[in-house]
Amino acid sequence: MEVEILARIQFAFTVAFHYIYPPLSIGIGLIMVIMEGLYLKTGNKQYEVLTRFWLQIFAITFGIGVATGIIMEFEFGTNWAVYSKYVGDIFGSALAAEGLFAFGLESTFLGILIFGWNRVSPKVHFISTIGVFLGSMFSAVWIVVANSWQQTPAGYHIVGEGFNARAEVTDFWEMVFNPSSVDRIIHVWQGAFLAGAFLVLSVHAYYLLKGRYIEISKKAFKIALVIATVVSFSQLVSGHSSADGVSKNQPAKLAAMEGHYEKSAPADLYLFGWVDNESQEVTGLGLPGGLSFLVHQDFEAPITGLNAFPKEDRPSQVNAVFQFYHIMISIGMFLIALTFYASFLWWKGKLFDSKWLLRIFAFSVLLPQIANQTGWFAAEMGRQPWIVYGHLRTSEGFSQEVSANQILFSLILFFVVYSLLFLLFMYSLNKKIKHGPYQEKKNELEII
Amino acid sequence: METILGIDYPTLWFLVVGLLFSGYAILEGFDYGAGAWHLFFKEDLSRRIAINAVGPLWDANQVWLIIGGGALFAGFPVMYATMLSVMYIPFMLFLILLVLRSSAIKFRSAEKMIWWRKTWDVIYFISNTLIAFLLGVVVGNVLQGFELGENFSYKGGIFFAFLSPYSIMVGFTTLSIFMTQGAIFLLLKTEGRLHAKLTFLLKRGMIFFIISFAITSLYTLIFIPGVTDNFKEQPIFFVLPILSFLAVANVPRLVSKKKYAKALVFSSLTMAFLLMLVAFQLYPVLLPSTINPDFSVTIYNAASSQKSLGIMLTIVAIGAPLLAGYFLFLYKTFNGKVTLDDTSY
Repeated sequence: MEVEILARIQFAFTVAFHYIYPPLSIGIGLIMVIMEGLYLKTGNKQYEVLTRFWLQIFAITFGIGVATGIIMEFEFGTNWAVYSKYVGDIFGSALAAEGLFAFGLESTFLGILIFGWNRVSPKVHFISTIGVFLGSMFSAVWIVVANSWQQTPAGYHIVGEGFNARAEVTDFWEMVFNPSSVDRIIHVWQGAFLAGAFLVLSVHAYYLLKGRYIEISKKAFKIALVIATVVSFSQLVSGHSSADGVSKNQPAKLAAMEGHYEKSAPADLYLFGWVDNESQEVTGLGLPGGLSFLVHQDFEAPITGLNAFPKEDRPSQVNAVFQFYHIMISIGMFLIALTFYASFLWWKGKLFDSKWLLRIFAFSVLLPQIANQTGWFAAEMGRQPWIVYGHLRTSEGFSQEVSANQILFSLILFFVVYSLLFLLFMYSLNKKIKHGPYQEKKNELEII
Repeated sequence: METILGIDYPTLWFLVVGLLFSGYAILEGFDYGAGAWHLFFKEDLSRRIAINAVGPLWDANQVWLIIGGGALFAGFPVMYATMLSVMYIPFMLFLILLVLRSSAIKFRSAEKMIWWRKTWDVIYFISNTLIAFLLGVVVGNVLQGFELGENFSYKGGIFFAFLSPYSIMVGFTTLSIFMTQGAIFLLLKTEGRLHAKLTFLLKRGMIFFIISFAITSLYTLIFIPGVTDNFKEQPIFFVLPILSFLAVANVPRLVSKKKYAKALVFSSLTMAFLLMLVAFQLYPVLLPSTINPDFSVTIYNAASSQKSLGIMLTIVAIGAPLLAGYFLFLYKTFNGKVTLDDTSY
């Protein structure tokens, strides 16, 4: 038991930390492609300055994403050996495809992107930027495919029994396009675009408030605002489609998200609330029958509740799933309101007039990050007690050869090193932002 | 069992994994090796040049580790799961050191303070040295075998069992061959005083390598049971130890003629031949059990299904040429001596 808990804490900690960075890289990558494309198209030097500035921030983000990502790849084997044997046949090919098609692309072109300004032509540099961006998008595809398979297994059969049981692939494309993967890939991509766009919005809102780099900041702000507005709205659509899938494929998870216990009854949609797992009651503000309406377009339609499942087959941390899910939704709604209001002001020609709006943008960088994290927590905790939905329990998946002390040892190491890494990240991000987008011309000696 | 050219899928995948690990050893060999010399350079400028020599390449080189690990997971999930969970401590240290190493590259030259740079220099040196050493330790452990019982359950010690005298020796040999590789690589990338210093260091490196290589080889032949069995059955493969010996001997010769590019090719070949030796000596076993050979993890009882291996061989057939293309382009772009500019680390 202790080993299981420690292994779960370590995995949650390392993956949550990792997940700060790749979404930022994907989001900043998109904006860099647009900025550099505009530079090549218009020849306006300001876009080049912007591209170079965001490239520096991209480089740090990407670097930490890779470093913490390698750890994830090997942690399956170190801490979840039984699980690895169970899913290797399926998960493995997704991981191999990720390495070869996605990571190979992004990592080789990254060198050219960062150090190649003076060695390749602007066009080749632009192609490298696109290569890195597409690579990071593909990475997300394969990783989310693998995770989606755990949520909604498809294209497989179970071979062997007991210790030797494992899932084997029967249809590769059915495995890749399992019932939840497309919705979730789009949802994850868009979450990443929002993370990047809001970092850009935040930094340039800060410059505008300080009265620095006004002209280029307005350009960058507008690029990011277009993305943020479109994506925060389309995120609502993909979120709905994703939840629809959950209602079909993982009814216990959906029930946990809204704290719905009754076996078969109309379910409410909460704005916020608190779930008491003992009394099976939710205290909060909700729309009666709202969930029924969202799923079946009928306020009276019954929804399968948690009590329809045996206690050992459904999530036990109902309140946590509920809270994480609702934090994500609330942030999503707020981002829609914020970006639509800003776009409205832009249309009126008054976008940069209100200081308080810029101030909100400067701070809102944290919101997509929190939504991304809580969204994953809801998805993963809602899947419990299964590590492979309906087939393998989390309590059966961890490594039998590893002791609690070993995990404690590595957990402490991760905690120390990751804290240091986070401080370094914040420090260099802050330094780059304070320094601003313009490079003073350095003489030979200063470069050294 | 399905085959291509008469070779069954698990064997093919064994070759794919072997190829990926060879690529990793050769490419990250010079990255880690260059880093293991770091504190031997006294001036700040030399250290900066040494880091920027690997600067645009190391991220790409690391791809080989990621694909190699993925290939192991995908093709031999039992091997991947057993090795990583049994070797928990060395792999965790390895992973943490990788994070520290990449942080050192990124952050070292970001500040001008002497204490800052010196601290990162020490971290960079230690992490590279230990990574090289630990990789060797893992290989040593695999050669020695594990106390694996039925169903691949591990019966051996937990915390420090991985540090046997033999694995430590293989660790030092790996470090020495990486340092040789790293020094030759840096010679190709540098000029002037640093270059002169490196020619001196490389000689020390090669001596370190030849001594540890000789001791480890002897120890292997004498104390590791069954090393020569596969060779007795297939005498043709005696060509492998001969080739690796020739490759080893050729490196000092080319270095003394200052043909560093060729020397790098031959020290890379040395690594490839040595890994082939290890692979051939093990085949078809992946993790030998010291309790009972029947409990060993082999390419057959560890392999994924035929279907899955077939899919992955297709993925490799499509992806490998693409990756080779990216690498050619990258190495062509950054060919030649290091020059520092405002994008450098």
